[in-house]
Order: sequence, then structure tokens, then C-alpha cells
Amino acid sequence: MSFESELSQGIFCIPKCNSCKEFVWPPTEFCDVCNEKITIEKGDFEGKIIEFSKQNEDYFCIVEFEKKVRIMAKMLKKPNIDQTVKITKCGISDNSYFFYVN
Amino acid sequence: MSKVGIVAYGITPFTKEDQKIETVLHSSANKLFQKNPSIEKKDIDGVLVSTNNNSKYLAPVLSEMVGIQPKIAHSIESLCNSGTNSLVSAFSYISSGLADMVLVSGAERYDSPGQILEWDNSRGEFKHPIFWASIFSKSYKRKYEITDEQLATVSVKNHKQAQANPNALSKKTYSIQDVINSKKLTDDLRLLDCSRPCTGSASIILASEEITKKNSENPVWISGIGQKTISAGFTKNPSLTSMESTKIAAQSALKMSKHSIEDVDVAEVHDAFTVCEPMALESLGFTSPGKGTSMIDDLHKTNNFKINPRGGLIGTGHPLGATGISQTIEIVQQLQNNAEKRQTDKANVGLIHNMSAASTSSTVLVLEK
Repeated sequence: MSFESELSQGIFCIPKCNSCKEFVWPPTEFCDVCNEKITIEKGDFEGKIIEFSKQNEDYFCIVEFEKKVRIMAKMLKKPNIDQTVKITKCGISDNSYFFYVN
Repeated sequence: MSKVGIVAYGITPFTKEDQKIETVLHSSANKLFQKNPSIEKKDIDGVLVSTNNNSKYLAPVLSEMVGIQPKIAHSIESLCNSGTNSLVSAFSYISSGLADMVLVSGAERYDSPGQILEWDNSRGEFKHPIFWASIFSKSYKRKYEITDEQLATVSVKNHKQAQANPNALSKKTYSIQDVINSKKLTDDLRLLDCSRPCTGSASIILASEEITKKNSENPVWISGIGQKTISAGFTKNPSLTSMESTKIAAQSALKMSKHSIEDVDVAEVHDAFTVCEPMALESLGFTSPGKGTSMIDDLHKTNNFKINPRGGLIGTGHPLGATGISQTIEIVQQLQNNAEKRQTDKANVGLIHNMSAASTSSTVLVLEK
């Protein structure tokens, strides 16, 4: 079970090092501090809007989870800075990750 | 550390032409040798190629095309700052004594694969550079209460300055309103806010102190080098309103050169998008945070070419692997007082700022007479 295998099933997880007790980002197989193999943590994570812009009708935002993990995600309604959001849809398409938040 | 100087250079016009990468690469090296017939090719012991192109073995290919059999020959890729990173590698070979004379050639085609960093999946589907540039623009405007019109001045200034550069891609000047009315790419970025990918090549020969003095009547020396990599992924950038890697690289380069930023008479900064120029000026220390657009406005109104005299990336075009080398050639020309219509007053110390992938890494060079 890896971050990508879960993401390809539409499940958003956060990689974590059980040795350091820290989240690891971007997702990799090993911790970038202690080099131990990482695990993934499942959950109903809440993120925070850090910044956003808009292309055509869609907003694209930087969303931060657990004060460390940042992704660029699509949002259909106008975001606000510091707004709390959750992942509503995610996956892998054409070798690229995609994330929707609301 | 022994001194390393710039002995010769050659550059092609930046265009949208569809040429083989080998042809593009060869053309600036060939110009260099045509302009400097006294350079003995047998004395060149290193050939470095700066490119993001996927073609293989380009340094040996270039060596063969220009008739050199160097000890050292390899390519260097680091997205948009491949050019200055190649110059730093050449500097290192020479200052360590592994080589005495190194040819550094950068080339790119308009369709370079280096424009997208596929690895950075944290950007999700938003991998094109216009998305990080839009986020930078939005954040910078929000924090410092800057308008689209103020950012548009960067494009107006740099297209204007590019008209004095015969090699520049831009052949037109624009007004603030032209920039604002240009094609809207996102809410925070218009077409004329962007530098354009293009086809072009630039070459430089670096040499040891002894060889530089023998080959150049008006030598220019690389006196400061600073580099910093923060991350590869845009979303790990610690700031969306400043260039953290640039701050560190600039401090290192200035310290090595024993200069302060106030000593710098002319600079090429990496204006991949309009917002990058004020952010770079602030991060380099030319002005305080949030004051970059005021400095740019003053320079534009007084027709002062101190920043990006050749027209920057926005006016000149951005053939990734050639950009850092082209920026360096501009500063050499400025210090040698032969930049013609672009010449700035009393240019004794110059600076080059070249960054990659939303300033996740930066290289800063200080040059002087």
C-alpha cells in the first residue's frame, strides 16, 4: 500500500515516518530525515487555503494539511484565505495527480 | 582560489525558428570562434553544454562539430538556471586546475521539454509555470497592495529595452494598457506578463588568469558565485512573495566578491514573469520588500537600463539552457563598455540572477573588470 496506489483509488493519505513521528512530503518511499521506510496515514484531513487564483470558471488553490503537506487543488466555489476545506475528489490521470477541495 | 575570467563569447538571435538542437548549439559556438580567431581550439580542454533538450551526447557532438578534442565534455541540465550552473561548473574545473580553458554553450528549442517539471506532482494538474506565476502574482499583490498595472510596467520596460538588443525576440513596444488587454491566461496573469520560450544559443569561453590576460585586452572576471536549492517542488517554497533561494545565493555571491549590493552598477535578473522582477530585486537586496515595483517604475520613467538592459527574459525570450549564458554575455558587454544603445553609465560591477522552477533554486554571479 503506497500513497500512489491509494490515490489511484481516489483515497487521499498522508505519508508519515513512524520513527520521526513526522509527516513526509512530497510522497516518497523513505523518510527524508531518518531514511526509514514510511507508512501512510488515512484520515478525513482538513486543509487550509493558503493562496488561490482562477482560470476560466475554476479556482486553483494551494492547500495546506497538517501544517506541512501542501498541494495545488481545484475548487469550484470562490475560496477564502485560511478557509478550512476537505478533499472531495482525487486521483491520478495521465500520470498527474489531481485534487478537488471544498 | 585562482581567478577565472571570460575570454570570448558568441550569441545567436532568439527566434521561433524550427531548427535541430545541434544546429542551434553550433551556431553560437561558431560565432564565438569567428569573432575570436586567435583562440587556439587545441587549448580548450573542457566543453560543457547547457540544455534541457533530450538529444544525447551533445557536448561531444558540439566538440566534434567545432573541431575540439577536450578532456572534459558533458551536458548540464537544471531547468531555467542550467546556463549559470554550467558556468559555475566551468569555473570549478578551472579554479581547481583540472582545466585551463572551457567552452560553455547553451542552447534550446522553442518546444523544450524543460518548461514542465513532470516530477512535481504536488502541483496536481497545475504543472505549467503559469500556475505558480499566478499564485506568486496573487500573493505578492495581496501582501503589498500592488496593482496589475504596476506589474505590467515590468513588461513595458523590458520590451522597450529589448528594442535596443538586436538578438531579442521582441520587436515591439507595448503600453500598460496593451499588457492589461493581452490574452488573459488566469485572473492574475496575462500573455504579456510572460517570457516566451524560443530557439536560441549562447556560448562563452572561461579561462585561467594567465590565459585570460593573454587573450583579452579588456578582461572580465567572475568574482562572486552563490547557489542555493531549497526544494524541487513549488509547494515547498517557504514564501510566495519572496525568493528565498535567491536571498541566500545573493549573500554568498556578494560575500565572495567582497562587494555589497550597492556596488552593483548593472544587473540581469530572472523575469520569467512580471512578478519575478520585483521579487528578485527585493530578494537580491536592491530594494526593500514590497518596493520592487516602485524601483522599476523609477527606472522606466528615467530610461535607466540598470536592470535587465538586454530586455530580460520577457523582452529577449527564454531559451532555457541559453538564458543564463545570454544574461552573462550582456553583463560582459556592459562591463566592457560595448553594449551600444543599451550601455549603462560607469558599469564596473555587474550581477546575474538566474533561477529555476519558481525560485526553488537560484544562481547568482558577480562579474567585474
